[in-house]
Amino acid sequence: MRKEKEHAVLTIENLSAEVDGASGTKQILKGLNLQVAAGEVHAIMGPNGAGKSTLANVLGGKPGYDVTGGSVTFKGADLFDLDPHERAATGLFLGFQYPVEIPGVSNVQFLREAANAQRKYRGEDPLSGGEFLKLAKEKAGLLKLDMEMLKRQVNVGFSGGEKKRAEMVQMGILDPSFAVLDETDSGLDIDALRVVGDGINAIMRAPDKGVLLITHYQRLLDVVKPDRVSILAGGRIVQTGGPELALQLEDEGYDAVMADA
Amino acid sequence: MPEAATLPTRRDEAWRYADIDAVARIGATALDQWRDITVEAGETWRETMVIGGNAPELHRIRLTVGKGARGELFATNVGQDFTRLEIEITLEEGAHFEFGGVTIGGGNAVREFVTKTVHAHPNGTSNQTVRSVHWGTGTGNFLGEIKVARHAQKTDAAQDFKGLLLEAGASANAVPQLEIFADDVKCAHGATIGQLDESARFYMAARGLSPEVTQRLLVQAFLGDAFVELDDEETRSALLNAALKALEGADL
Repeated sequence: MRKEKEHAVLTIENLSAEVDGASGTKQILKGLNLQVAAGEVHAIMGPNGAGKSTLANVLGGKPGYDVTGGSVTFKGADLFDLDPHERAATGLFLGFQYPVEIPGVSNVQFLREAANAQRKYRGEDPLSGGEFLKLAKEKAGLLKLDMEMLKRQVNVGFSGGEKKRAEMVQMGILDPSFAVLDETDSGLDIDALRVVGDGINAIMRAPDKGVLLITHYQRLLDVVKPDRVSILAGGRIVQTGGPELALQLEDEGYDAVMADA
Repeated sequence: MPEAATLPTRRDEAWRYADIDAVARIGATALDQWRDITVEAGETWRETMVIGGNAPELHRIRLTVGKGARGELFATNVGQDFTRLEIEITLEEGAHFEFGGVTIGGGNAVREFVTKTVHAHPNGTSNQTVRSVHWGTGTGNFLGEIKVARHAQKTDAAQDFKGLLLEAGASANAVPQLEIFADDVKCAHGATIGQLDESARFYMAARGLSPEVTQRLLVQAFLGDAFVELDDEETRSALLNAALKALEGADL
């Protein structure tokens, strides 16, 4: 194993994937390479249709997304050997661009079952009702989400901003070692963006954690300052740089920056 | 001569989806065994039942709900063989009938609720909610007949059926049948049949829940509506748990 990989939380090598759609399958990822080191927040930016959400869904294991080549190593193991719920229990968190409503299931029930399912998988003792509620209150407070919201059904009747804050409360409760956040900033007003960004920093900024932050806008990166920025275009990472790359993209646009490269 | 000494056929509307062979195994005399219940004016009667075992079952109830009275029946049908609960309800003035039912199971058994609600007098109300969850080649049926007499004005009757099929091959049938002779009434009925929401399943998996736990939570949420009007936490849990226990045995 190469030396640098020992510190990588996530290593994606030559990843190809296709998506089943109404008009047949379509190749979206075409030999994607990316490495995220421990302690790193890595922003992924790129034009519409580049494959950003596909990358997130492939990492999460969403049905309908088929890996046709390459590999993903997560914490030293082959990610594709694991079912979606096992990936989560191993420490991978997928923040949804469009969080799903689950009528009839309360956030408290859902998250307690989820937290304890993950603990069980890892061979840890389950959280008691009291321990869970204490944890949930703390994380809801961090995201400025009313605890009453957590007693309601999962995402049902939540505004766009509330859904995204609830996603981050979930992340806080589940305490993953790696988060793939797919446009967590979309649908947020300026104040909520700051709250969510601060939440990501509080939950995920640690030497042994990592974040893949998929976004279109610099404004989230002003709060969650990325260590690295990569441009995803045409199903590949075409350029990687420091935080200045995002600023350059904001000023000049994808076409100009990619033409310079 | 008893009225039902001979077996029904599937040409009888109320037996359209029934397992007539199973009825034959019970014996035609069972068709005469009606339980008669009268709820006196102003009183409330409630019964909860878990029905269904390894042999066919037929439960027939005739319920008369007196003036301003309330009759409530909640049932979980977990039959591994043909299991039918049939209720004939007659509502006096201002009476209410509440029914909540769950059919759940696989194999190739038929489980069904058959209700005949007669709004015989004005101002009566009725509300029926049935949820069916099936797999294998299992079947769940809800046949709900509502009759509103000519002078039974201001009747308010509602029927709601939802079926959830966990595997191709399972089936659910909803047959609402309304006969309304009064002109100032509300009769609502709805029926939908579907499968587990794929996006919800993936969302729950992405939070670490196994397919089994995800399925249990989603089925539990789906069934909840059937007993929402049952104002007693303990019996409500008992009915739900009986249903979820049937799901545990599912080979999916």
